[in-house]
Amino acid sequence: MEKFEVLQSRAVLLDAEDVDTDQIIPARFLKSTSREGFGDNLFRDWRYDEEGNEKPDFVLNNNQYSGKILVAGRNFGCGSSREHAAWALYDYGFRAVVSSYFADIFKGNALNNGLLPVQVSEDFLQEIFKKVENNPDQLIGIDLEQQFISIKGMNHHEHFDINSFKKACLLKGYDDIDFLLSKKESIKKFEQQYEEF
Amino acid sequence: MGKTLFEKVWDQHIVEKVEGGQEILYIDRHFIHEVTSPQAFSGIRNRGIDIFRKDKIVATADHNVPTQNQHLPIKEALSRIQVDALKQNCEEFGIELYGLGHPYQGIVHVIGPELGITKPGMTIVCGDSHTSTHGAFGTIAFGIGTSQVEQVMATQCVLMERPKTMRITIDGEIGKGVYAKDIILYIISKLGTAGGTGHFVEYAGSAVCSLSMEARMTICNMSIEMGARGGMIAPDETTFNYVKDREFAPKGEAFEQAVAHWSELYTDEDAVFDTEYNFDASDIEPMITYGTNPGMGVGISQQIPVMDEVDNPGGLSKSLEYMDFNPGDDMIGKKVDHVFIGSCTNSRIEDLRLVASLVKGKKKANHVDVMIVPGSYQVQQQAKKEGIDKILEEAGFELRQSGCSACLGMNEDKIPKGEYCVSTSNRNFEGRQGPGARTMLVSPFTAAAIAIKGSIVDPREFLMQETAV
Repeated sequence: MEKFEVLQSRAVLLDAEDVDTDQIIPARFLKSTSREGFGDNLFRDWRYDEEGNEKPDFVLNNNQYSGKILVAGRNFGCGSSREHAAWALYDYGFRAVVSSYFADIFKGNALNNGLLPVQVSEDFLQEIFKKVENNPDQLIGIDLEQQFISIKGMNHHEHFDINSFKKACLLKGYDDIDFLLSKKESIKKFEQQYEEF
Repeated sequence: MGKTLFEKVWDQHIVEKVEGGQEILYIDRHFIHEVTSPQAFSGIRNRGIDIFRKDKIVATADHNVPTQNQHLPIKEALSRIQVDALKQNCEEFGIELYGLGHPYQGIVHVIGPELGITKPGMTIVCGDSHTSTHGAFGTIAFGIGTSQVEQVMATQCVLMERPKTMRITIDGEIGKGVYAKDIILYIISKLGTAGGTGHFVEYAGSAVCSLSMEARMTICNMSIEMGARGGMIAPDETTFNYVKDREFAPKGEAFEQAVAHWSELYTDEDAVFDTEYNFDASDIEPMITYGTNPGMGVGISQQIPVMDEVDNPGGLSKSLEYMDFNPGDDMIGKKVDHVFIGSCTNSRIEDLRLVASLVKGKKKANHVDVMIVPGSYQVQQQAKKEGIDKILEEAGFELRQSGCSACLGMNEDKIPKGEYCVSTSNRNFEGRQGPGARTMLVSPFTAAAIAIKGSIVDPREFLMQETAV
């Protein structure tokens, strides 16, 4: 997993609440047996029509907006547990998603893939929307070590929460499996005293 | 202070607590399927390690499989490759696979319980959000991503923060024509799609205790649709009787010992939940969704809300535009093109029996296509044994072979763009049943009534007819 320390980037605004993982990547594009290439079908049915032509009113097709930060309405990533949603966002080039609320499984999947979910207050989210809408070149800064997100050039920043273990993993680029593998002896010891009925 | 059911089961599975509040949770059963496992197998291979506890993994092919002519090769190349990859991976690593053609094949959340693999007090995971289904047995069961599938393959454990606890108590009498699906759609319509986020839910109360195991599974299945990690119901006599004598259930004295242990799995009187809700079952009528998430549901005799009745008018407006509905519209009378009865929510034998009881001696409306997909090969065989297949056939319903089918628009079974499908599945998201498909979620009983009528109808009309006869 790639390390995540600080990120300063323009932002892409997705003005929708309850964005489910079926929208992020529809099931018919989950047929790959590798982790790569899902970015091509990110937000497929919002982004392209049936003939595969770009829909001009969708934000990813709007040249004004670009960047490594996706900003979306509350309850982002609800629905299916498909990790392909996190892979698709990462593969497309996003490194952080900012929302006022994340669905649990998506949040875990994102963290396991070096994609940082940044949960902010509804007010701060609206502030980002307003600033970036007025000026698509507006930079957003995210500092994982310090746990804050800022609207650059303004005196606006907000603290965000992250589990300290997951934070350490992201800062170092480690994953949970390395950690769990190091706990094999404890797991075996647990199995010796545990009885399944 | 006493413990909740969730806390009792969770605490029995803690290997170690980790700095930062994470806990290492031991997993009793790991179900895998073809869509969310290939990258995990690759990960194991790339690390040069073996699967830690092969006998705790059960595999099946369900998401990509056709529901007709399963004896022929899968037509769509990518689906075929994924199903073949599962077979090869299971062979290479020595994992039990109930693949196509196997008598135990079926939707992963249908086969676990029906084979007696799912037992009270277990921890169960699967790379599928509807793993919450197994919570009906008093298990901690939840969906995980593929990285976690790899974790469990490598260590038989997951690393996670302990969720908060919620209890939803439903007392009162359940009305005629109202089923488990209506109860859970009602709860989600009240709590919203994020109402359970961060929580593990226990469903309790007299209405819940009165339900069969199949009905309890329907309720726990949709816990994820309100954002909860999972849902569970304390095991009781109904649970023990269901598990007894199933293929992999403990037998004889071992079963008696297990029941003694399982009987301890309930929430203590003085236990405290982080969040509690109470509902009265008699307030619930048959439900239907009108929008593009499972929280957008109403009683079938009611109208679609108008803008000033909802918290998120922008979301409602976008949903109704997709559905081509108007605020304030009646649901009754709306046109329907397809009826899909199936999915891990409602494809068990009890669901098929219910459908058969309503359609017996009737015919479906001419313009409606009806697809009825059993949750497993076992369910299909049982339906045949009971003559349900004949009743359905005479009504013009097509009984197919088992799989996830039109629930998720991944296999051959899709709903065409712009057409309306009344579905017993769990998600009405945009494009869920196929690009541009419009989904309305209902119970199997309501779905059957709508298939006969040809448009949205209150299924209780059919109960009155029966009483009249």
